[in-house]
Amino acid sequence: MSSLQNTTNEVLRLAAEHFKVPREQLSADDDFFKTLGINSLQTLDLLTRIEQHFQIELPDYELQGVSDFRTLAERIQSRL
Amino acid sequence: MILDLRKYQSLGEALRDALERWPDEVCLIEADRERENARLTYRQFKEAALPLARALQNEGFPAGTRAAIVMTNQSKWLISAYAIFYCGGMLVPLDYKLTPGEQIKLLAHSKAEILIVEYHLWRAVMKADGFRGLGTRLVLVTEAPPGADLGGAKRWEAFRGNGEPLFVARSRQDPACIVYSSGTGGSPKGCVLTHENYLEQCMALTALYPFWPGVRYLSILPTNHAVDFMIGFIGPFTCGAAVVHLRTLRPEYVREAFKRYKITYMTLVPTVLKNLERGLRQRFDELPKARRGILNSLIRVNRALTRRRPNLRLSRALLGQVHAAFGGELRALFVGGAFTEPATLQFFYDLGIPVGNGYGCTEASTVITLNDFKPFRADTVGKPLPGMEVKIVSPDAEGIGEVAARGKTVMAQYLDEPEITAETIVDGWLLTGDLGRMDATGHLQLFGRKKNMIVTEEGKNIYPEDIETVFDGLAVKEYCVFAANYLWPARTMVGEQLAIVVHPEAGQSITPEFAVEIGERNRRLLNYKRVSGYVVWDRDFPLTASMKIKRGELAEQIRQALDRSAVVPL
Repeated sequence: MSSLQNTTNEVLRLAAEHFKVPREQLSADDDFFKTLGINSLQTLDLLTRIEQHFQIELPDYELQGVSDFRTLAERIQSRL
Repeated sequence: MILDLRKYQSLGEALRDALERWPDEVCLIEADRERENARLTYRQFKEAALPLARALQNEGFPAGTRAAIVMTNQSKWLISAYAIFYCGGMLVPLDYKLTPGEQIKLLAHSKAEILIVEYHLWRAVMKADGFRGLGTRLVLVTEAPPGADLGGAKRWEAFRGNGEPLFVARSRQDPACIVYSSGTGGSPKGCVLTHENYLEQCMALTALYPFWPGVRYLSILPTNHAVDFMIGFIGPFTCGAAVVHLRTLRPEYVREAFKRYKITYMTLVPTVLKNLERGLRQRFDELPKARRGILNSLIRVNRALTRRRPNLRLSRALLGQVHAAFGGELRALFVGGAFTEPATLQFFYDLGIPVGNGYGCTEASTVITLNDFKPFRADTVGKPLPGMEVKIVSPDAEGIGEVAARGKTVMAQYLDEPEITAETIVDGWLLTGDLGRMDATGHLQLFGRKKNMIVTEEGKNIYPEDIETVFDGLAVKEYCVFAANYLWPARTMVGEQLAIVVHPEAGQSITPEFAVEIGERNRRLLNYKRVSGYVVWDRDFPLTASMKIKRGELAEQIRQALDRSAVVPL
């Protein structure tokens, strides 16, 4: 099983790719709405990418109230 | 033949007849990604709901019992709501997107005795402060995994009673629902909506946009909101139509649902409509130049030929591929909840997909005005619904003033708030707090707000009082949150923002660290509820005798002394 640190790094890499920003501009505690300038609908797009990568199903409610990459990675980790 | 709602006294009575009238028609489809979780006919819906109603009555369910639902859009929401109405109960639909603490607060305020909730939401409530003080006497939890600790709650799926439940009649003036329009932080505003409010609204809406057996409505707005409750439940059900629920709202699954389920209508918020537009424009741009040119010509022809009114058959013939992407059966989209750019509405109209742009509020059951496409007007929010009167209070030289509405869909009151009710409903007129103008053809145009609140692009209403508590203990003498457009009126309904006004202690200077502290507190709020900047104010706030801030007076003082450049962005 991947560690939380690895999962967090993977999430940051996927977000950087998906939203076309340099990976080094993103860190685990970033508020992704602010850093990426995205709305909640756009975060759903990222969720699909994450599901495909980790081969898990993440219900939409798992993202509710989540606004930083670290918490998102924790939610993924609990389903790996 | 749809039900003649004039002869019904209550939602329970109308729904009961609907279930009898179309027993073999599909009323509900619930899908999750590629899977279909449920497909129910009206008969099967009844068979699912009545044993639940019987079990509720076995537990003691006198008429008027308040029962709350906290669930995402799914079949069990509607089944539970019907069981509550069948027993003569009063439904309290709560927003599943609120925090557990907010949900607990509203459960207490509504005095709900029964709660029906999804497992993942219940799990969060059980961990929240205030859980021990929850006053509900019965909690039913859906979809709980085997062996899960339910903290004394019962499993919805196993909660069934034997024998026929007793149908409990209600009158038109009895409350049907308590729907919260705001107040998770300040004073909760629970709109008490009667059976008559809903029956009248349903008649008006289905007269403009008819449903019938075979129509499929895609329900993606939360069912707890007045709009989806009406157009995604009561409307289709009283006409023998079907509702399609999706357990995920990822754009790719929503797009797929149009085709798979041959959707007829859908309501959405401007952000989602904009997203659909973006996707379509991108696909058009990717076409080879020649095909793009043909498509543009066809769009121009369609526009010219549908100038007076939509012509679905013609549009589908001209622009078949576009319509095929939406399943080929789409008749109209509805949009509301926030400002929609006219260009976006026109874009869809030109493709032969009319978007009914509407305006309303929970206090008026949901819709006040709606575009009727006779002709299409992208620059307005349509005409008053049949039976609804709209007037502009104290119009200025340009005819712009506060929008007021009167009709049988206006709520009875705010729950336990007679003073606020009296300020809001004056001589039968509901004062909306929105600024608008009626044009010469009877269409309403909106120009901003008079009230201290903002609406996000996603249609979320944010009231400063509801978010202020997150700043409790901020190291200043006093603070107050305002909508920037309330401090400095602007004739726009886009890009609305909140700002916190801080009054430092004598000799205190506002340092960069202070801004960081505001930012940290801000992050405890959901992203769309955050303040965008702060304003430093050097005078004492005007207070009432009970030491509450006189917001209107303070706003006036700030307006006189400062302009928008005083807002320091966070």
